[in-house]
Amino acid sequence: MAIKRRDFLKLGGLTLVGTAASAAVENLLIKGEAKAEGYTSAPESLKGKRWALVIDVKKCKENQSTCGFKCIEACNVYHNIPNIPDPKKEIKWIWKDNFEHAFPEEGTNKYLVEKLEGIPFILLCNHCENPPCVRVCPTRATFKREDGIVMMDYHRCIGCRFCMAACPYGARSFNWYDPRKYLSKVNPLYPTRTKGVVEKCTLCYERLADGKVPACVEACPAKAIIFGDLNDPNSEVNKVLEERMAIRRKEELGTGPSVFYLID
Amino acid sequence: MIEKALRGSKKYWLWLAFLASIIFIGFLCYLKQWKVGLGITGMSRDVSWGFYIANFTFLVGVAAGAVMIVLPYYWHNYKEYGKITVLGEFLAVAAVLMCMLFIFVDLGQPMRALNVLRYPTPHSVFFFDACVLSGYLLLNILCGWTVLHSEYKGTKYPSWLKPFIYLAILWAPSIHIVTAFIYQGLPGRHFWLTAVMAPRFLASAFCAGPAFIIIAALLLKRVANFDPGKKAIEALSKTVAYAFIINVLLFFFELFTSFYSGIPSHKAPIKYLFVGLHGHAEWVPFMWAAAILAAVAIILLVIPATRKNEATLVLGCIAVFLACWIDKGIGLIVGGYTPTPFETITVYRPTLPEIGIALGVWALGFFVLSVLYKITIEVKKSKELVVKYNGILFKK
Repeated sequence: MAIKRRDFLKLGGLTLVGTAASAAVENLLIKGEAKAEGYTSAPESLKGKRWALVIDVKKCKENQSTCGFKCIEACNVYHNIPNIPDPKKEIKWIWKDNFEHAFPEEGTNKYLVEKLEGIPFILLCNHCENPPCVRVCPTRATFKREDGIVMMDYHRCIGCRFCMAACPYGARSFNWYDPRKYLSKVNPLYPTRTKGVVEKCTLCYERLADGKVPACVEACPAKAIIFGDLNDPNSEVNKVLEERMAIRRKEELGTGPSVFYLID
Repeated sequence: MIEKALRGSKKYWLWLAFLASIIFIGFLCYLKQWKVGLGITGMSRDVSWGFYIANFTFLVGVAAGAVMIVLPYYWHNYKEYGKITVLGEFLAVAAVLMCMLFIFVDLGQPMRALNVLRYPTPHSVFFFDACVLSGYLLLNILCGWTVLHSEYKGTKYPSWLKPFIYLAILWAPSIHIVTAFIYQGLPGRHFWLTAVMAPRFLASAFCAGPAFIIIAALLLKRVANFDPGKKAIEALSKTVAYAFIINVLLFFFELFTSFYSGIPSHKAPIKYLFVGLHGHAEWVPFMWAAAILAAVAIILLVIPATRKNEATLVLGCIAVFLACWIDKGIGLIVGGYTPTPFETITVYRPTLPEIGIALGVWALGFFVLSVLYKITIEVKKSKELVVKYNGILFKK
């Protein structure tokens, strides 16, 4: 019996939809597909349960005239951050701002603002315990690792910028242009990005794998940025946080930032 | 049935050619965006969504709003809507198509769009939005086309379609609720973080969609001798009036919560939009234009005499459509991003290529809509004898 054109088209359509649907369901069922099978980290790599940064802003203030904000410069150079002149389209992973902008909800407390005036606040991705950006990403191009780092997969990102709307800290940048045109020198140790994807601080996961601390921590001449595992009771970050007074940005949102600012 | 779209008057072809030329201009602008990147738009690190997403959000409402005709017709057997039900379904088709295109042109990596399906992510509202939008598109193509084809053949639509029709009715609110959830579940965006976002979306959808149908039906009456039926228009105009008043009320509830509580972060975006903030007042004229349009619309739609008069009714509906477009489009997006997470203001203004691309998407939607409406009217007209004499329609 000869097949009619109409039936053929119907069958073809059904097959197509069926294939797509089964592929989607299969993907949904396979959990944690981002992990490679049989992966072991190198013996020299730094291992932690929840990496955190503690920034001593008083030290930043004391040294800002001489340090030249090497933390920012080191990150920019290491991660091939393009130098885009238009501030509206710029890429930044780590930058400095004042207290009122970093903690806008405290901005009406003029006594606190006066006390903290002139202090540079180093801002970057907070690597939240409960990251809204990860929750909203439709492709899991941004995800949380087991050591607490909120990661970016530049190859999977579709550039919808939902994560930028979700991040309450303004930590994410989008490549409005081809970033490679704005690079004077390329560091071959870290990949350059393409236009149309979102990027942000990844807490130097690639350096941790080599047993090195993040570039900003290493570059600071005043040792104002302390890096460590929040889950390890003997870590330096835990000891400092127990002794001194520290605040986190937008605590009330429940995101659980991993970046602390020592203000005493 | 498609052959009905291939024969038409000179006016019909001129209209399509006009739309095609705008689509072409939009396409050229898009080629530039493809090459250079989204940097050609006015969007920035701080205002990372703009005109595209604004139009997307508004059009989801237009698509969902068509259910205000489909529901009474199929569910309550309200026969007066018989003529315009297919218009509603095809409007939904064109509107969802535009929504998808607006999302597509907004993507930084459009070639990776299907990653949303390759890596289905149930905790992302975007994933659900992609699912409900494409589902709604398919349902409306299926229902609209099958019903019209049965009419073309001179039979009643097949009984297997009934579950799909009911599913489409239930599906309609879901597309707009999910779209509202994109916004209302984000921490730190004070303007969006409100539980009335979804109800407001529904109210504005249920007025903007039917308002468009009224404008289109009365326009088709003029240019194509299509009679939507006096009672149908009268009933639909009441739906627009009620839904629009609810929409405006919900806005006033927002104002009360923000200003009576006195919380600065909740007041700031509304202040920026309506009176300006820190010396910035870029969108104030637009928001007040929307407010004036809303006032005009309510006056024209509430007074029975002006609601029943076709000329003033069309004016009222245009006012509703534009007011919703400003309020739920650009006002919603800019208000969500201003002030920034640092309580500073970064100005957003769409650029010319950005507007060109948006116009191209609108023109493409209207092109599809025109073709679908042409087929609908030809099918309906072939079933009845209509004569226009001295500007008055006579039909058998």
